[in-house]
Amino acid sequence: MNLLDITLILPLAAFALVLFLSGDAAKKAAIGFALIIFLVSLGLLGPTLAAPAAMNFESNVAWIDSPAIRYHTGIDGVSIWLILLTTLLTPISMLISWNYIKERVPQFYAYLLLLEFGLIGVFMSLDLFLFYVFWEVCLVPMFLLIGIYGHDRRIYAAVKFFLYTMAGSVLMLVAIVYIYGKAGGTFDYIQILAKLHNGQLHFEPAEQMWLFLAFFIAFAIKVPLFPLHTWLPDAHVEAPTAGSVMLAALMLKMGTYGILRFCLPMFPQAAYNARIPIITLAIIGIIYGALVALVQPNMKKLVAYSSVSHLGFVVLGLFTFDQAGVDGAVYQMIAHGVSTGALFMLVGFLYERNHSLEIKDYGGVATCAPYLSTVFLITTLASVGMPLLNNFVGEFLVLQGAARVNIWWAVFAGLGVILSACYMLWLYQRAFFGPVSHEVEHHVTDLTSREWVTLIPMIALMVWMGIYTQTFLPSISASNTHMLGQVQSKEIANAR
Amino acid sequence: MPANFMPSAAEYFRFAPEIILTIVGTLVMILEAMTGDRDKSSLGYVSLLGLAAAMAAAVAANNDPGLAFQSMIIVDGFATFFRVLVLGVGMLTILVSTNYLSEAKANSGDFYALILFSVVGQSLMACANELIMIFIGIEISSIASYILAGYLRDDRRNNESALKYFLMGSFATAFLLYGVAWIYGLTGSTNLGEIRTVLSHGTAPTAMVGISAALMLVGLAFKVSAAPFQVWAPDVYQGSSAPISAFMSAGPKAAAFAVMVRVFYTSFDSISNQWEPVFWIMSLATMVIGNFAALQQRNIKRMLAYSSIAHAGYVMVAVTSHSAVGTAAVMFYLASYCLMNIGAFAVVTWMARDGEKFVEVDDFSGLAQKQPFVTAILTVLILSLVGVPLTGGFFGKFLVFKAAIDSHLMWLAILGLLNSAVAAYYYLRVLVVMYFREPGASTVNLPPVAGTLRVAMLVTTLGTIALGIFPGLILGFATQSSTLGK
Repeated sequence: MNLLDITLILPLAAFALVLFLSGDAAKKAAIGFALIIFLVSLGLLGPTLAAPAAMNFESNVAWIDSPAIRYHTGIDGVSIWLILLTTLLTPISMLISWNYIKERVPQFYAYLLLLEFGLIGVFMSLDLFLFYVFWEVCLVPMFLLIGIYGHDRRIYAAVKFFLYTMAGSVLMLVAIVYIYGKAGGTFDYIQILAKLHNGQLHFEPAEQMWLFLAFFIAFAIKVPLFPLHTWLPDAHVEAPTAGSVMLAALMLKMGTYGILRFCLPMFPQAAYNARIPIITLAIIGIIYGALVALVQPNMKKLVAYSSVSHLGFVVLGLFTFDQAGVDGAVYQMIAHGVSTGALFMLVGFLYERNHSLEIKDYGGVATCAPYLSTVFLITTLASVGMPLLNNFVGEFLVLQGAARVNIWWAVFAGLGVILSACYMLWLYQRAFFGPVSHEVEHHVTDLTSREWVTLIPMIALMVWMGIYTQTFLPSISASNTHMLGQVQSKEIANAR
Repeated sequence: MPANFMPSAAEYFRFAPEIILTIVGTLVMILEAMTGDRDKSSLGYVSLLGLAAAMAAAVAANNDPGLAFQSMIIVDGFATFFRVLVLGVGMLTILVSTNYLSEAKANSGDFYALILFSVVGQSLMACANELIMIFIGIEISSIASYILAGYLRDDRRNNESALKYFLMGSFATAFLLYGVAWIYGLTGSTNLGEIRTVLSHGTAPTAMVGISAALMLVGLAFKVSAAPFQVWAPDVYQGSSAPISAFMSAGPKAAAFAVMVRVFYTSFDSISNQWEPVFWIMSLATMVIGNFAALQQRNIKRMLAYSSIAHAGYVMVAVTSHSAVGTAAVMFYLASYCLMNIGAFAVVTWMARDGEKFVEVDDFSGLAQKQPFVTAILTVLILSLVGVPLTGGFFGKFLVFKAAIDSHLMWLAILGLLNSAVAAYYYLRVLVVMYFREPGASTVNLPPVAGTLRVAMLVTTLGTIALGIFPGLILGFATQSSTLGK
């Protein structure tokens, strides 16, 4: 058992423990555990960054003998960042819920820990079956978080979220089982890749396309790729703030991570052949998401649609099959987790104060809550891709990668950047400037120290990721180079 | 024909579980008459002991597998698996029933004796190697279940349920018997192995063999509630007492599947190209009808009835795959299905209360706030029924569809799994009302979770989780036994 396994098991142990505590004790214990888990996970960073292209902290033991299912886990230069983002955002999500969650408190924190367990598992699995298990495990706590602690239409949103994901993932299960038979009885991702390489395993083009689609649809629902995104606005708007943060920052990344980890390396030819329609959908998503965000009267919905737009960039980057594009996509995955996570937190803070998510109920917040407004502005600028802040790096690299392959992709995707400035700054103008109403003046107070504690790491990351990319990019690049090396078969090279 | 008609000791030993159960059943009936008006829970414990002894005998018999009584009985791993399964179902049913019966003031030895006799029939079905034996097993099992379905004789719904079950059931068994008669006429034997030998020569007229197989399939499909012979199930499950619904949806079904696999994989092996397409259509129809009809249900017993039809459809998928992997999947699936279904009905039993007042899905509103223990139990069981990983239900489904894909039944696997996504909707409704709704009138004055019922809930839930995390517990044995002693 290595440090990675401990990082995985701790949330599960904490989940079981917190479930048996009550009220404040549960809350404190949960936050304590989440912080410990974060500190433990930091220990993963050093060794992984030393060898980002390889799998670090690998464990490989049999779970079930027949069919051969292995507990095979490990992290490389991409998954490490997603795991750290998970372990960082879990305690933060707990802290922002400190006052907001008043009923059924222990369960709330327990579900967050269970979700953390599932997410860490997804990002470290190197066995297709194991991956599927964690993938589904994530579903249950999020379903309960939305359904119990959400807003008015929470039940509808929770059920829709569950069914959409479930419907997508059953097809993936068919594909996983099919691969098992074809690969000579193994779910092991590393072995499957090795067999694909030395020719022991070969998928016919049509076969490969079907398998690719079965995986891709499951992931595309999660991303969500236009036109499979309709569950997202509902889930986001109805979820409690912590749920929205986890959903936007991490659960959407399960989809893009799945594409990067499984779709591209296992079915490179199919992925390459399908890139045009997929990129078209991604660009439609970028523009459509931005246009819909522009007309949203509801802040949370606006941020939710902006996620559709931002995630379109990630998918675009992944399917450029270009080093810069894929690097940018991964960078954007993490950057979006930070900035959109922070946006949802800030919107949540406003809701806690004024009990409204409608933009028209605000105005002049800058006068009565200057610090909150400043932090919101920084986050807004990060989100619209201002240079020196995190999203800029990802979007720039994606556009660069896209432009190298086809300039028109970059042109249309670039529209999304412009539109994002429109909807975010317009939101900022309407909510934070202008005359201050009596309601707002009365209710909207400035940030509390607890809120500062949750926001400082987010702001720091936005700036750090924007200024000093050297911390993050080399490891991401190294992993991606390794992956692209596997992907670029002769056929793809010839097609270029 | 061997000259010596006297069975050897080893043969009696192979038949010991049925002998023990019959003796204990009779004993319970005698004790019932002797104990007069006293509390009859102790008879329940006697029956439990009897079942446990029979289970031990079944396990012991597996150490010396083979035929018995002029090859009318076969003891192999497959038979042992199903024997232990139906015996376990009997035990769980008794644990679920005791408290319910006391509250309904209907606690009597007859009930336990009927359960024991019904289990004798199912156990016999599991190890029968001969068509007449199968018929006798089905009849013993069914006649006891007909009475059990109408056990609360002052209850109108019980009466309706029993009558419906009896009429339809006897009609279906008649089909089975007719099929047996045909096959005897065609092959001159009722022994499964001999039928297989004769049919593999290919001299018997194919069409007539097909018809006799179809006639037998009608009878068996009725017992497992596979479409289009599933219509009885929702009415009967809804009308019977909840513990009996638990029993009927598990034991008889598992035993009938055992028979189905043994007859079709052994005797009708050589005409598999005839029955496989029929099974393909039936399994798909069963899944679709079960799941889509369940979407409409408000009554939880009816919903579970339709869900159990859908689950029969999943098992049929594994039977259709016609392989050793498929057989192992049938076995594993039925084991986990019995656990989760009996567990779910145990919760319904607890919730329903006097005269089964609270059997709507909505009656579970707000249970999470009132009774976290039962909520946790039902959550695990429902997630297992949905097929969420780390539960037995998921692993069963995985094995079933893996068997289908291995046998190149790609479309059946895809359609079946999409079906299970549909199923998620109605199962989720139970979770939705339990967690997301506010408590209503039905959750006022919740009864405590009585001793034996609590045991049943814990055993089923922990069993479900254990099968999900350590499927090797029974999968290894199932795989070893999946070749059938032909």
